[in-house]
Order: sequence, then C-alpha cells, then structure tokens
Amino acid sequence: MPAPDDFRSQLETLRPYLLRYAGLQLRDAAAAEDCVQEALLAALAGQASFAGRSNLRTWLTGILKHKIVDAIRRQAREPALPQEGEDAADEFDALFRRNGHWAERPAGWDDPDGALEQAQFFRALEQCLERLPARTAQAFMMREHLGLETPEICKELGITPTHCWVMLYRARMTLRECLQQTWFGR
Amino acid sequence: MRLLTCKETTRLVSQGLDRELAFGERVALRLHLAICIGCRRAGRQMRYLRQAVRKLAVVDVRSSR
Repeated sequence: MPAPDDFRSQLETLRPYLLRYAGLQLRDAAAAEDCVQEALLAALAGQASFAGRSNLRTWLTGILKHKIVDAIRRQAREPALPQEGEDAADEFDALFRRNGHWAERPAGWDDPDGALEQAQFFRALEQCLERLPARTAQAFMMREHLGLETPEICKELGITPTHCWVMLYRARMTLRECLQQTWFGR
Repeated sequence: MRLLTCKETTRLVSQGLDRELAFGERVALRLHLAICIGCRRAGRQMRYLRQAVRKLAVVDVRSSR
C-alpha cells in the first residue's frame, strides 16, 4: 500500500476527471464539486479497501457514482424540476408521418468510429445533450453515462418504467437528430 | 401479425437497450428491420450513442479548448 501522502496525491491527479464525470450527470458545478469532495474523502478513508486493486480510476469512479446517485436523490426530494410539457412530444412527432412511417428516412452516418477519435465530436455531442430537456437528459445520462439499470433510475426519479422508457427513447431520437444536423450531416 | 410502423419499431429498438424484449417483440422487430433501412440506421445510431456517451468522461477536453 502506498504511503498516505502518495495515495492522497494520486487521488488529486484524478480530480479533474472526477469533476468532469460528475458534471456530465449533474449539470451543476457546485453539486459536482461536492460529490467529488465526498468521494475523495471516502476514498481516503477507505484506502485499505483499495489495496490490491489495479485501477484507481475505476475504483474511484465507483465511489463517485454512489455520491452522484445520492445527490440525484436529494434533488428529487426538492421541489421538482418543471415537468416537460407536451410541446416536446409534438415536436418529436414531426419525425414521423401520421401513419407511423418516417417523414424523412434517417441518413447513414459516415465514419462513426473516426468521430470517436475527435475531441470536436464530443463537444458536438455535449452541445446536443445540453439542448435536451433537463429531466430527459438526467434519465438518459443515468442510463448511458452512469450505466444504471432502468429499475434503479425509476426508483431514484420516482417515475414508472413506462415513463422512463419513453424519456430514454425521446432522448435517443433527439440526440440522433441533433448529431445528424450538427456533425454527420454537415 | 400486424406489421410494426417505423415509430413503433424505433421505440422497441430503444427499449431493447433498456430491457429484455419478449419473443413476439423480437420477431416483429426483426421482420420490420429486414425491410426498412431507415429503422436499421436509427437503431445503429442509438447503439452508437451509448458507445459515444461512455467515452465522454475520458475525452481530454482541455486539449481541444
């Protein structure tokens, strides 16, 4: 086991990554900062349980994930985020004709693997995420960024599985459209 | 069996990323996807989103700003 000071400085080098990780989910710099601080303190206190594990970042991310879920739970108890209106649904329906078929068939994406090597692509993706309604983005990021299963997302957000699937579906379809417009269709 | 619309198909493809689909759903989905390139693309793109979002946190954003 490294000396406590070594361990502490190793943790510190990961702070920027942790802040980014938390910020992507919480969209609130102060809340992200709090979560990272709590995670780092928990990591320091739990150094013994890290001993023998190979990847510090993976271990820390696991701790941070719990702190983020705690923060989401606290947020959920506070006055709710405004419910997303039906306008969003109407807009979304524009993708399909009344008979349920594509109004405009999706285009194929050229070199998607190459995009994953470009920092600019990820900025475009972040911008698309920022345009999503807050609750939709929250559910989507809990699923795809934190990697939570839907029952856990439903529990933390106090919604039904059906509602959860609808939000995830909306998020995916909206993000697809957005990336088509801002990246792949340029 | 009634054929799925593109709207229903994309909804099921999305749910397939979140829960295990029933046998009947999988069959209906496969039938539609076999004949609809738009829905195949949408499905591929939704799975790709998962891949991309998982990489978001490890991208070195500082180098690009």
